[in-house]
Amino acid sequence: MASESVVASGDRAMRSAPAARSSFLATAWLITRKDLVIEFRSREVVYTTLFFAVSCVLVFAFSFVKEGVAAQDAAAGILWIAIAFSGTLALGRAFERERQNDTLRALMLTPVDRPAVYIGKLAGVLALLAVVEAIVTPLVALMFGAPVLDHALLLAALLAAGTIGFAAVGTLFAAMLIRARSRDVLLPILLYPITIPVIIAGVRGTGVLFQADVDLPMARLWLSILVFFDLVFVTLALWTFEPAMKE
Amino acid sequence: MDFRSLTFTDVSRHFGRRRVLNKVSLRCEAGEVVALLGSNGAGKSTLLSIAATLLDPSSGEIRYGDASARAAGADLRGRIGVLGHELSIYPELSAAENLRFFARAYGLSDVDGAVTIALRRAGLDHRDDPCARFSRGMRQRLALERALLHRPRLVLLDEPFTGLDDSAIHALRERLGELRAEGCIVLLATHDLETIDGLADRAVLLLGGKLVTIPDGSGTLRERYRRALHG
Repeated sequence: MASESVVASGDRAMRSAPAARSSFLATAWLITRKDLVIEFRSREVVYTTLFFAVSCVLVFAFSFVKEGVAAQDAAAGILWIAIAFSGTLALGRAFERERQNDTLRALMLTPVDRPAVYIGKLAGVLALLAVVEAIVTPLVALMFGAPVLDHALLLAALLAAGTIGFAAVGTLFAAMLIRARSRDVLLPILLYPITIPVIIAGVRGTGVLFQADVDLPMARLWLSILVFFDLVFVTLALWTFEPAMKE
Repeated sequence: MDFRSLTFTDVSRHFGRRRVLNKVSLRCEAGEVVALLGSNGAGKSTLLSIAATLLDPSSGEIRYGDASARAAGADLRGRIGVLGHELSIYPELSAAENLRFFARAYGLSDVDGAVTIALRRAGLDHRDDPCARFSRGMRQRLALERALLHRPRLVLLDEPFTGLDDSAIHALRERLGELRAEGCIVLLATHDLETIDGLADRAVLLLGGKLVTIPDGSGTLRERYRRALHG
């Protein structure tokens, strides 16, 4: 049985244990950096999503480009289809890794702010999708003759805002579904209906930029709508992440 | 925050219509190793998950000293160490990288010092290759040190002897003895009755969702377990 004197000496040791908590941003960065280091070593998610996104663009190119001329307004839609589909793949794989080793559970047991875990995972997914977009966007320009450099900053802003909105919802759902048996099927079923407004705004905004006669105020309006969706989705996700992660 | 006892009062847990725990009451004190026994599916892991604050009970109450899990929040999680059936280590990272990651997540002030000590305890201070190349026993030792890195008050272990060879089992028994001496509350779910015989201060059995105390007395722990199991 426990000896009182031993317990007393043990208590001294226990009370001296450090208890400082990491800040929100430090925790988020810790998780993002860990995810990026793991991805850099395995290259599993980035290769899979890149292969998928490039294949998607090429298949559409065979269908929509006839005699070197692309179908009108096809480029924006195809770019966003490639981003959304490969993004779904990246979200699923990023959390499958945590599920296989039950590491998300260990992470949830640490005293970190749980919304910081969400932001860290989201940032990791966004970094991967940025790599995919950096390859796929020039490919779309090449295959469909899309003028991606004419308003490059505005296009980058539209892609960034649309990707944040899509990944914000996707990261939350992928985390919630981590213990669901049919998570691979459920993720797109839940994700696409909710993110339809983001994808529509992304396609329409990008489409405006790819037209011969560019309507910049309209492109900025679509960007504003995307930023609004981002604010709503990220706020809701931060609010619901902690209760959603209870087993 | 800190606490010196863990108290379950009439804790029940249902999954749909299936009742896994039925009004379980148990009190564990600092400096005590309590063995949680029961057949597969008896609810041992569920009880450990509830104690770890990962799962809410359907009814009943758990108190950590005077505090409830809801009131203590993140600070309480910083006083609990859990080694689950899955080892919760990243196979792509080395042992030191895994420990450093969790040390930072726990907000330890001396990360390098804590990692060095933990690596030495796990016998992995010479390994800098990814954990995917480790044997099950090595990963188990690392996972244990990961769970104890922040010097928790409450240590919850689910089948900690799985995959360990004789020398590792001996080392783990010694480690559990040290935790007891340090004043930890150790709640340990296991089927390795011979291994924990003489180590656990007392043993309880989950049977049909209810908790049955295995009485001290004559015979080995397995004999007493069988007597309690069969009535």
